This record gives sequence, structure tokens and C-alpha cells, in this order.
Amino acid sequence: MGVIKEMLSYPFLVRALAGGMLVSLCASLLGVSLVLKRYSMIGDGLSHVSFGALSVAIALGWSPLAVSIPVVVLAAFFLLRITESSKLKSDAAIAMISASALAIGIIVTSMTTGMTTDISSYMFGSILAMSQADVRLAVVLSVVVLGLFIFCYHKIFAVTFDESFAKATGVRVDLYNVLIAILTAVTIVLGMRMMGAMLISSLIIFPALTSMRVFKSFKGVMISSGVVSVVCFLAGMVASYTLSTPAGASVVVMDLLCFLLFTAWAAVGRSKK
Amino acid sequence: MKGDPLIVCEHVDFGYEDQDAVIDVDMEIDQGDYLCIVGENGSGKSTLMKGILGLLKPTGGTLTLDEDLKRTGIGYLPQQTVAQRDFPATVYEVVRSGCLSRRGMRPFYTRKEEQLVLECMEKLKIGALKDHCYRELSGGQQQRVLIARALCATSKLLVLDEPVTGLDPSAIQELYQILQRLNREDGVTILMVSHDIRNVVGQADKILHLGQRVLFYGSAEAYRKSGLGQRFLGTGK
Repeated sequence: MGVIKEMLSYPFLVRALAGGMLVSLCASLLGVSLVLKRYSMIGDGLSHVSFGALSVAIALGWSPLAVSIPVVVLAAFFLLRITESSKLKSDAAIAMISASALAIGIIVTSMTTGMTTDISSYMFGSILAMSQADVRLAVVLSVVVLGLFIFCYHKIFAVTFDESFAKATGVRVDLYNVLIAILTAVTIVLGMRMMGAMLISSLIIFPALTSMRVFKSFKGVMISSGVVSVVCFLAGMVASYTLSTPAGASVVVMDLLCFLLFTAWAAVGRSKK
Repeated sequence: MKGDPLIVCEHVDFGYEDQDAVIDVDMEIDQGDYLCIVGENGSGKSTLMKGILGLLKPTGGTLTLDEDLKRTGIGYLPQQTVAQRDFPATVYEVVRSGCLSRRGMRPFYTRKEEQLVLECMEKLKIGALKDHCYRELSGGQQQRVLIARALCATSKLLVLDEPVTGLDPSAIQELYQILQRLNREDGVTILMVSHDIRNVVGQADKILHLGQRVLFYGSAEAYRKSGLGQRFLGTGK
């Protein structure tokens, strides 16, 4: 407890904790839908696009969020379209886009600021990245995401479980897909500078996979994902502070530990039967 | 007859982009019918079905849906996707999602709808599986869950897309018995797309044999006697 009190005495850590918790929560809820629909790769692709956009924005001296958000939202539309059309090999296309965006970002950054700490902090995150504006945007984002998942919970279930059936019963499937893609894009842009481009997708994928080990109902998985995500984030931050490890990586390792724990829990549960 | 037909197709064409997969279909689905669409792969069966469900717009001709059907939607049983096989959801959650179309803008379900969910589950004898996880059920049980879900949407018309794919023989027989019971006893109209032609001819009242165009449309009895039917069933010479 003493550690947490100490952490809260630094304003930048308070921002990081507040913003990070909200982003983790949003990422985990969106992640359940994305993982179940086999769209996990989209998160990874978007984070790389976000890295590219961010590098260009900083090189040109523009506001990072104002540039990255529209670019990543566009990319989200595009990736969704690729995934939905069966003609293109979607996993390969996403990998191609990720690598290209990453390459462009690295070139632009190295030409302007040189391959310095900037690159490493975009790639692997920096605890100092959460600004006041970021936290405000994170609050808005989480209100929208929570609102969507509470009021449209049943529609999201239907769209996630079975798009064809949902369409036939008159749910506007495309609208929900686009909405989820946009919110994912914003979540990634917000979380990326703190978690790092290489690590942010774990916030989306890990909590859902972890919860699916143990929980058997959609509601259970949803709630557990949110809790797991926030708890792992906090644990990761405390670990990072006490052990002086990088913040983003510490959170991911906590997610991994939690995943292993849940896997063991599921195995014990099965053997008891 | 028993009132107006549910669905009427008049010279309907369906297709993707500039290519028509189904050409000039004339047919009528009346209340209480048990119609089966058969044909080889690529004959346009699935395309026609998507058209009837309203997922595709006709590129020619007219498709008329009964007013009631427009309101309640169609109870649809799609082919299972890979993603569904390990989906974490209880049987109850899956069946309940069939009630969506009844709800409109209301975010939550009413008690009456919850009651309907239980009734539909009883009808398919999956009441005991209520809290079980969908991914832990057998193929036949999963199929029954999906039928219950479709019945929650509407008890008028059930559309099934290759429902026996991947089921073992006893589960297939069970599925046909369920469909027959729903059709005879509850008056549910059934439209099924199937490969399993031998079994289907004994089940359905009407057969539509598709090969881009309609090759045969009529009663199952007449189909069995027709040259096409005998060739397809392997009962002729």
C-alpha cells in the first residue's frame, strides 16, 4: 500500500495510472469481440500503423493525436474490409501493412531526430507519455465504450457470435463492426505511446484469452476480461516502479502470468470433474 | 389454401457483382410447407437462400415477402463457422440472442421474452443444458441450440443452410425428426438447403432442384419419379 501512495505523489504517474487503467479496460472489452471474431491481428496491424503516423506527425511538428487518430481509424476500416473479403489473404495483407507502416515510421524518425531514444520509446513505450489531454480523451473513450457494451450488449453478442444470423434478424452488423473498429483504433492510439507499438496489442488479446480459459458464459468472459486487464495493468505498474523495469513490458509480463494462472486454474477444474 | 404465401419469387435473379449465380427462379413458399433446395456445389443454392433472407438484393425479377414475415424476420440457421466452435457462451445466452429482432431499440430483454426462450429450449429438449457452455456440446446438441434460437426469432419460417454437415448419422436422423415434428405439429414452415438428398426426399413435401436455373420444382413424390430425380438419387437405371 505504501508503494502505491508513493507512486500517487508523482503527477505523471497519476496520469499514467488513470489513463492506462481506462485504456486497459476499453482494450479488454473490445478485445473479447475482436478475439472471438478472429480479428486479433487487426490490433497488431493498427498499432504499427499508429507508430508510422505518430513518427510522421512528430517529424512534421503536428499534434500526434490529431494526425494518428484519423489515420488509424482509416486503417481500421481498411483492415476490416480486407478481413471480410475472402479474396485477399487477410493475415498476409495485415502483416504487409504492419511492416510497411513500421518501416516508414523508422525512416522518418531516423531522418529527423536520428535513431535515438525516441524510437525506442515509441516501440516499447514510455511512462511519461500520458499527457493531461490523453487522460481526458481516455475518459471520453471509456464512457463511449462502456456505454456501447452496456446498452448494446445483446447486439454485440449476436454480432460476435453469428454475423449471418444477426443480419437475417435485422441487426445492422456493419455498423457495429465499424464502431468496434473505430473504438479499437482510438484505444490503440491512446495506449500506444505508453505501452509501446510492439506491446499494445497484448492489452487487446491477453485479457480475452485469459478469461476464455476459465469462464463459460459470454457475460463471464466480458466481466473477467475487464477485471483481469485493469488488475494486470496496476500490478505491472507497481512492478515497474519497484523493480525499475519498463512499464509496458511489465504490464505484458503480468498479463502472461495471469494467463498461465488461469490456464492452471482451468486444468485443476477439469481434473476435479 | 391456408392464406397468402409467405414468400413469392417471380423470375428472380441473384448474383454477385456482374455475374448472376441464380437465374429466373419462380417459386412460392406457403405456410406449413417443407421445401428443400437441392443441387450440386456451385448451383446457386446458397445464393438463392441469401436472397430469400434479404442478405442479397435481387438483380432481376421480384421477391415478395409476407408482411408478417417482414416484421418478425426469418428464423435462420446458418452454417457453423470455425469461430463458433470454441465460443464461450452458455446455451441460454445463445438461444436468447434469437429474440433480438423482437426487441427493437430496447436494450434489455423482458420477462416475456425470457419465458419464450425457456419454451423454445423445452421444445428442443435442451432445457437441461441451459447453463452448459456451447463449445462443450456435441454437434447435434449445438444444432438444436441454434434451432431453438431461430424459433425465438419467429415460429413462422425456419431457413436452414446445410444443417447436417459434420453431424454423425444418429444426430442427422434426430435432426430430421425434430424438423418433421416442428413442421407437422407446430406448423413451422421449413426451407432447407441440403446435400443430403436421399434423406431429404423422404422428409420434404416439395423439392426445388437448382442448377443455376430451376431444373425441377414440385412435390417430392413427383421428383422421385422424374428422370432428374432418379439420376440424382441413383434409383433409376
